[in-house]
Amino acid sequence: MVRGERLFNVVICALAAIIIGIVLYPLLFVVSASFSDPAKVLGGEVWLLPKSVTAEAYREIFRNKEVWLGYRNTIVYTVVGTVINIIMTILAAYPLSRPDLPGRKVLMLFITLTMFFSGGLIPTYLLVKDLGMVDTMWSLIVPGAISTYNLIVMRTYFQSSIPWEIQEAAHIDGCSNWRLLLNIILPLSKPILAVMILFYAVAHWNSFFNALIYMRDESHYPLQLVLREILMFSQSAAADGTVGLEDKILLAESIKYAIIIVSSLPVWIMYPFVQRHFVKGVMIGSIKG
Amino acid sequence: MNTAQTKNPTIVSSRSRVIRGSRLFKQIARRYDLYLMLLLPIVWYLIFQYGPLYGLQIAFKDFNPAKGIAGSDWVGFEHFTRFFDSYYFWRLLWNTVSINLFSLLIAFPIPILLALIIQELPSKGFSKWLQNITYLPHFISVVVIVGMLQLLLSPKSGPVNGLIEAFGGTPIRFLEEASWFKPIFISSNIWQNMGWQSIMYIAALIGINPQLYEAAKMDGASRLRRIWHISLPGIVPVIVILLILDIGHFMNIGFEKVLLMQNSLNIEKSDVISTFVYTTGILKGEYSYTAAIGLFNSVINLVLLLVVNRFARKLSETSLW
Repeated sequence: MVRGERLFNVVICALAAIIIGIVLYPLLFVVSASFSDPAKVLGGEVWLLPKSVTAEAYREIFRNKEVWLGYRNTIVYTVVGTVINIIMTILAAYPLSRPDLPGRKVLMLFITLTMFFSGGLIPTYLLVKDLGMVDTMWSLIVPGAISTYNLIVMRTYFQSSIPWEIQEAAHIDGCSNWRLLLNIILPLSKPILAVMILFYAVAHWNSFFNALIYMRDESHYPLQLVLREILMFSQSAAADGTVGLEDKILLAESIKYAIIIVSSLPVWIMYPFVQRHFVKGVMIGSIKG
Repeated sequence: MNTAQTKNPTIVSSRSRVIRGSRLFKQIARRYDLYLMLLLPIVWYLIFQYGPLYGLQIAFKDFNPAKGIAGSDWVGFEHFTRFFDSYYFWRLLWNTVSINLFSLLIAFPIPILLALIIQELPSKGFSKWLQNITYLPHFISVVVIVGMLQLLLSPKSGPVNGLIEAFGGTPIRFLEEASWFKPIFISSNIWQNMGWQSIMYIAALIGINPQLYEAAKMDGASRLRRIWHISLPGIVPVIVILLILDIGHFMNIGFEKVLLMQNSLNIEKSDVISTFVYTTGILKGEYSYTAAIGLFNSVINLVLLLVVNRFARKLSETSLW
């Protein structure tokens, strides 16, 4: 019995170690390759640890104007987009969380239906085009101003975590609904607000498809589109291997590793601090109201 | 998930009494500011969610930008028959269905296994590490994931081919061979999402009454037996709900990633309905035709969801509604 128990523990621990290895290896490889001599990377000599450590690739990225422009654009889109997301989601979630709101069920149906059936890519694209948003940052922000899933999560939080008695008492004291929301509900909802900010911000940071269809002018490209160009389209140039350009090609290849790190860094730095909030967000979503 | 209706019966009943009374108007008037808050979101939903539904009529029209959506001529089901008769119809449908079906069969159980491993680990610290590390890839963007695939699987410098060569094999051009498209697509999805998807199962496992395990231990049940007879049955409702939700976007999974991984060499296996809508609709401007294809996709999706939800309700008494 005890021996079986011990064997079981050994097997479980071994499985866990294998999983950690599989998840971490690709990340470690990219980090190591980004700090290695490009010639060694291309020769397939880098396995796990950097060879002939150099930061040349990072220096090259610092000189690359497109990357910085993309970075700046993404920061702007993420900040403005997240602020609008949060305001819109609160404005919808709070009234719908109120049990005393006449017509609440109909309104919830009106909103949740859109989760199960939507117009799809083409009609949405034509709409955004008709509204004159193409090639402006609004095309990336306004069509996705509310995520219905996030709205439902936030509404559930308002309903289940804030005692209705507090709100009723405030009403009796003559508190208006706006003041109730701003002075009582929101200060009590900091955890869910943190989760929502993170959900929305990461989605903005990582998104590329909307920019791909709506942005024409390259100076408006967010970081992910610049990345796409560097990661996916410089490949053919590298494959040619034209003599004389060799160094440049080597550098172009090594930039790929470094740019993955540079673009993901903000999220990875944030990650350890916010990880438990993300988890909490998923849990609240699973309760569902 | 059916608990919503039964929650807080006093409020519901008092509210319905009020509504039945003639004071409904007063109720609304006194809460006008709540409707004021809702105004902007409702307008947004009308324009950006219901607007495209209105625009969907171009699937049955010959859309002409000069005439507008309402002014274009009706053509009935012409676009649908053209799609069904096209040589690529079966290819698109099979690729769409098979990628998602294989994903479901292979990728769906893995987060469950991971959650069980996390719960069974003897050391709490170790299981925290395992969780935090496996969640991490969820936050990497699709563009970066596909970029990493290219670097890791590169025939010249990638470590995967390095390993193959070390064992005497010849390098494989993974991203350019059509037959490798689906395995790579699915396994990289597993790599990215298994941790994140395990969160719900972990939460459900924590919620299982510990006395059940104690009792089973007393009766001499082994760890595997306890997993089989207590842990798994305990998370079946969560499994069912997540399965329904997964099938709810059955036809749309991973569209952006497919698009990024697609190239002229693997198009045979990577051409799915949603990427076809993008390339033919947005890039080539065949709006009506691709709106029809998109509609076909959404309808199949909805039907699948309704069917699965009904099945789930019959078999396990768990369902979305």
